[in-house]
Amino acid sequence: MSLESLGWQGLVVLVVFGVSLLIATYCTYAERVIAAFLQDRVGPDRAGPWGLAQPLADAVKLFTKEEFFPSGANKALFIFGPCLAMITALMSSAVIPFGNVLKFGSTEIHLQGIEINVGMLYIFGIVSLGVYGIMIGGWASNNKFSLLGAIRAASQNISYELAMGLALIAVLMMSGSLSLRDITLQQTHTGGWHFSDIFAWNVFKQPLGFIIFIVCAFAETNRTPFDLPECETELVGGYHTEYSSMKMGLYLFAEYVNVFVATAVMSVLYFGGFNYPFQYEFLDFLNKAGLSPDWAHNLFVLMGVVAMFMKIFAGIFFFMWVRWTLPRFRYDQLMRLGWTILIPLAIFNILLTGGLITFGVIN
Amino acid sequence: MESLSNRAKKLEKKPMTLAERAYLPAIFQGLSITMQHFFRAATKKQVTIRYPEETRPFSPVFRGLHVLKRDEQGRERCTACGLCAVACPAEAITMVAGERKKGEQNLYREEKYAVSYEINMLRCIFCGLCEEACPKAAVYLQADKMAPPRYERDEFIYGKDRLVEPVSPDNRSKRGIQLTPEQADKLRGQMQTA
Repeated sequence: MSLESLGWQGLVVLVVFGVSLLIATYCTYAERVIAAFLQDRVGPDRAGPWGLAQPLADAVKLFTKEEFFPSGANKALFIFGPCLAMITALMSSAVIPFGNVLKFGSTEIHLQGIEINVGMLYIFGIVSLGVYGIMIGGWASNNKFSLLGAIRAASQNISYELAMGLALIAVLMMSGSLSLRDITLQQTHTGGWHFSDIFAWNVFKQPLGFIIFIVCAFAETNRTPFDLPECETELVGGYHTEYSSMKMGLYLFAEYVNVFVATAVMSVLYFGGFNYPFQYEFLDFLNKAGLSPDWAHNLFVLMGVVAMFMKIFAGIFFFMWVRWTLPRFRYDQLMRLGWTILIPLAIFNILLTGGLITFGVIN
Repeated sequence: MESLSNRAKKLEKKPMTLAERAYLPAIFQGLSITMQHFFRAATKKQVTIRYPEETRPFSPVFRGLHVLKRDEQGRERCTACGLCAVACPAEAITMVAGERKKGEQNLYREEKYAVSYEINMLRCIFCGLCEEACPKAAVYLQADKMAPPRYERDEFIYGKDRLVEPVSPDNRSKRGIQLTPEQADKLRGQMQTA
């Protein structure tokens, strides 16, 4: 890799980093507005036009609050917990392909932080590290409620990671690759009537797997109906009971970054990533419109980035929509759903996919 | 036993059907309900009153902050007869009477006037008895103003500086105009429906 392309890649990494922080920031605002609208309320509309400066106000508030350390808390671990939660949340967006390759003459820019052929495994590894942030924070707080929340988080994440992994195996059996870019490119449809592009998306080939995946994604990101680690009716605040000021903010923020990453992974795996309907008609149109081939290609790729982000935003909206619709599960119901329903369903899905591949119904 | 209203529904505990046990149809039902609320909130007028910009309309017979009226020529109507202070069940009103001097005919309507007139808003119960007692139609409780909160207790004692309405007729309180019997009936009707 030349120095120049390394520089471009560094820029892409920085942009991805910034964008995921920005989206997480505005998720806090969006969550409150969506919650308000779903409940016939107005939501934050005081800070700036339509309350758009609300995240800034929240940040100022969190930074200026008192930093509180509970007595008997392990100070180093107490600080390390939220840091770890945030680091792992941010690391996982590195391998997500947000777009195809931009071309400027001989320079090629991959709109993806790092392209590795085990991208899916990388994400799984990082996401499963995320639970340590919660575990360490809850343990170091020296508080029963925090500890209970942390233990709940750990057991919940382990249970749902299993079902999630099994649901993904069916996708990987079809794609034959762990690279997220390859999986995206395989969901491109070439030829025929091009609105059928969307039928190349894995969600139409793996509907059962998709449902299992999305349920597990809710559990992995600790969102309602599976937000038992921070179940305020039972555990005060769960693992972040003892946290205040920006350390608390980091935990809340990490949750939104996780939601962003989960929806990004979901759109790559099941909704065709940066593919969009009528994309080749659009490319033809751009070429005929008299643009240089490079620019036609770049516009075509940038539309893909837009499509990818629209899918991500729709996913985030769905996460919030569900949060303000469904009540929380009871803990035994959560465990029963994970172990006795989702895992057998996921195994059945693998068998079904294997059978269909063997008999050549799907490729 | 006979049911009183015949509206009670008898519930039977049946085993759940497969669709009910699958839980997903119920989730989609719930999601569609919240989505209807989302579009209702996004498109229709919300019930929320955004307070400093919008205010909840007061009832036309609301009894709020007092005002000491002037007459058509801008003279103070109050003659410091003390009937309001006598009528006040909370003993919130005090006043000192004085005699009008020569050359003050344009300031005070009659020969006697209130040198000082104080209402303690912490004592006042806003019953409106002073308004009813006043023979000169001088004191009224405004329908559109409330006694605002203050930091110090002294600031709740309103003197003439804050009670007498401004000289300019444009800035005067709308309250205090004598109602015709029809108007009074209309107001009572509005009060009952509100």
